[in-house]
Amino acid sequence: MNIELKNIHKHFGRTHANKGINLNIPSGTIQGILGENGAGKSTLMKILSGFIQADPGSQIILDGKPVIIHSPADAIRFGVGMLHQDPLDFSPMRVLDNFLLGRSGGLFPNRTTVARDFKLLAEQFDFSLDPDNYVDSLTVGERQQLEIIRLLWLGARILILDEPTTGISASQKAKLFATLKKLAEQSMTIIFVSHKLEDVEHLCSQVVVLRDGELVGATRPPYITSKLVEMMFGKMITLGERQAAQAGDVVLSLNNISLEDVRLKIKNVNLDVRAGEVIGLAGMEGSGQGIFIRACAGLVRPVGGRVQLNGHDLTAKSYHKFKHAGVNFLPASRLEEGLVPGLSLTEHFVLAEEPKGVFIDRAAGQKLAEDRIRSFNIRGMPFSTVESLSGGNQQRAELALLQSPLSLVLLEHPTRGLDIESVIYIWGKLKERCKQGASIIFISSDLDEILQYSDRLLVFFSGNVSQPLDANATSVEELGQLIGGKGWTEMGGEHA
Amino acid sequence: MTQETILIGLAGVLAAAVPVIFAVMGETLSERAGVINLSMNGTILLSAMGGFAVAYNTDNIVLGFLSGMLIGALVALVVAFASITLKQSQVAVGFVLALTCRDLSYFLGNPYMGVPGPRLQALPIPFLSDIPILGALFFRQDAITYISFAAIFLASIWIFRTRPGLMLQGIGEKPAAAFIRGANVNLMRYVYTVIGGALIGLAGPAYSLAIRAGWMGTISGLDGIGWIALSITIFGGWNPARAAFGAYLFAFLQWLGLVLQPVFTQVPSQVLQVAPFPLMILTLLFVNIGNTEWVERILASMPDNTRKLFSKALRAMRVSPPAALGVPFESE
Repeated sequence: MNIELKNIHKHFGRTHANKGINLNIPSGTIQGILGENGAGKSTLMKILSGFIQADPGSQIILDGKPVIIHSPADAIRFGVGMLHQDPLDFSPMRVLDNFLLGRSGGLFPNRTTVARDFKLLAEQFDFSLDPDNYVDSLTVGERQQLEIIRLLWLGARILILDEPTTGISASQKAKLFATLKKLAEQSMTIIFVSHKLEDVEHLCSQVVVLRDGELVGATRPPYITSKLVEMMFGKMITLGERQAAQAGDVVLSLNNISLEDVRLKIKNVNLDVRAGEVIGLAGMEGSGQGIFIRACAGLVRPVGGRVQLNGHDLTAKSYHKFKHAGVNFLPASRLEEGLVPGLSLTEHFVLAEEPKGVFIDRAAGQKLAEDRIRSFNIRGMPFSTVESLSGGNQQRAELALLQSPLSLVLLEHPTRGLDIESVIYIWGKLKERCKQGASIIFISSDLDEILQYSDRLLVFFSGNVSQPLDANATSVEELGQLIGGKGWTEMGGEHA
Repeated sequence: MTQETILIGLAGVLAAAVPVIFAVMGETLSERAGVINLSMNGTILLSAMGGFAVAYNTDNIVLGFLSGMLIGALVALVVAFASITLKQSQVAVGFVLALTCRDLSYFLGNPYMGVPGPRLQALPIPFLSDIPILGALFFRQDAITYISFAAIFLASIWIFRTRPGLMLQGIGEKPAAAFIRGANVNLMRYVYTVIGGALIGLAGPAYSLAIRAGWMGTISGLDGIGWIALSITIFGGWNPARAAFGAYLFAFLQWLGLVLQPVFTQVPSQVLQVAPFPLMILTLLFVNIGNTEWVERILASMPDNTRKLFSKALRAMRVSPPAALGVPFESE
């Protein structure tokens, strides 16, 4: 389906989120849309998918016909389907019920015929989804697959994907890309919204860049990464050289640690982390790195082995003992576990300080917040509530909340969903911590991030943990294979 | 005890549970849509009084039941308006309504205190009532008890088997996802809250026109069942069949207390009267035991085959509330 967007404007109060965007996307195109957080990508996609309406005067033309899209359900009737970053599905329900919900029909849905359609579509794209499974047992990648075939079944001819490669494994990404290419060949129109340059370069047949609500450029392959970055940010940005750690004293020492949860068991892990060192944890989501990092934070009690921090035994001690000993943990879900929605930045900083008496010194808190906002370059005011900040600024706020001095920082997906400028900024701040003698352990599903920023890395595969690998001597391909469970025997990993 | 008396007793349990059944079905529908109707206890009292008053004045028992439903629907409409349109706290509004409706029922019900009035008669179903055992249990009841059986069945089918019922689950679980699938979330919340309220309103007349006919004010023995029904809804996992099981269990325990009193003469009668409440809680806690971490730990240490069997059983029993329960919805 051909899409023409003409003169799209959108105001939110005084903010001008889309400033007259014109864009033609011919049928069968995989259109990449790049832009940093807050550039207006989501606004434009929400307009096209019916979540919000553009200002009067804006025009959406599908296959030559001007249309007005009132709601997401309306959009799908016009053939526009959107795959949200966090798939909008129902976790306690079965896959098949999720699939059929929203399609009109008789009072009692005929599950047999629905299951047949489901199976046909799934087979067509080589998705192995069990219709009787519950959605909460699926990975993000599988939930995406479910959404894709659901939208196709509803008759989508345009598929919008919002940051689809966040939180899925490398093999799922490969499958997703193959699917999208296949769909484009069937003359579907794909809109791929992302801030991951390599994904866009790899997949898209044309790319536009948004900045500050304006369309600042359009290119076709071959893409030049530095050009794209310059268009996104209006200036040159480079990743910088890999910095090797100065090996200091052992900060964290894990001795024969064994961990268990409902799904998996981790046995006999030994690891010494030195001051200033960065350890990356790689693996598909749910392979054991989550409980491993929580064990390092004192949130999960090991079933065997010893944990030592700076020579003190912390085995089976509480989270607060760990925190007191200088261990800080930043979980992946910033608003659920990391920050307190509803409280302002000032209140967060005040809460994180050592209490001086019962009453809050408002003036001092205000000043503290202003200092931190400046030194961590947070886009927000002292009175801004944390949920009103963008993801990148929430992450900056979390970094600003880390106590000082610190021996060990544990991070779960520290840069998930952030644009490259924020990523570089956040790692800059973290490396500063390393120079001051802190060690870092972090989880990421972004292999490049792991190889770029860690000194050593551990690979997790369904509860198996590799020996520490030298990040400098590991390639993305090797790492990708290990994550997928290949090549474990050669490297002497435990019973893979 | 003879078989006869036990059968009559158990048939009585099925009839005695009727008000709780209606209340629980109504609350389940409402909460499945995401709205907690906390006014239930007051609504039941007010509809019991109102239903009896209407039936007494018009000498029409059906009108009595209908007016009970109307009262329930109106109270629910207040809850819906305050929580959906005004986006106020459902708990605060519901709680105040629970107290207001209760006091209102005592105040307005004064003229009807102890007045003898109409009462629903048993309606044995021809042929079916002659089946041994089952006939005595199920088919010699009154009309409202038959309707309560139908209500459990229909609510189950609706929620788990029909298309709109699936959407109802979706609305209470993740309204944004229901919205992109074409649901008018707030309208549906209104509809289910009001229908649920009407069912709750049926609980009152089911008591004052059937189980114990008449209006007795504070000594009706009705005050409090709304709160019981609220907890049965929760422990029943927002599933009509399980909730019905809870309601029958509660009525059964109460009956047991009465039956056992002459046997255990040395036990104070209050103990047997109160025992159903803690017993109820224990049973329901046991049903939901699969949620706890230590059970998960034990499971994790079992060999694979046994674990699969157990976790399947526990999974079947496990419940989680509708994720968007009590959360207002805005589509951008």
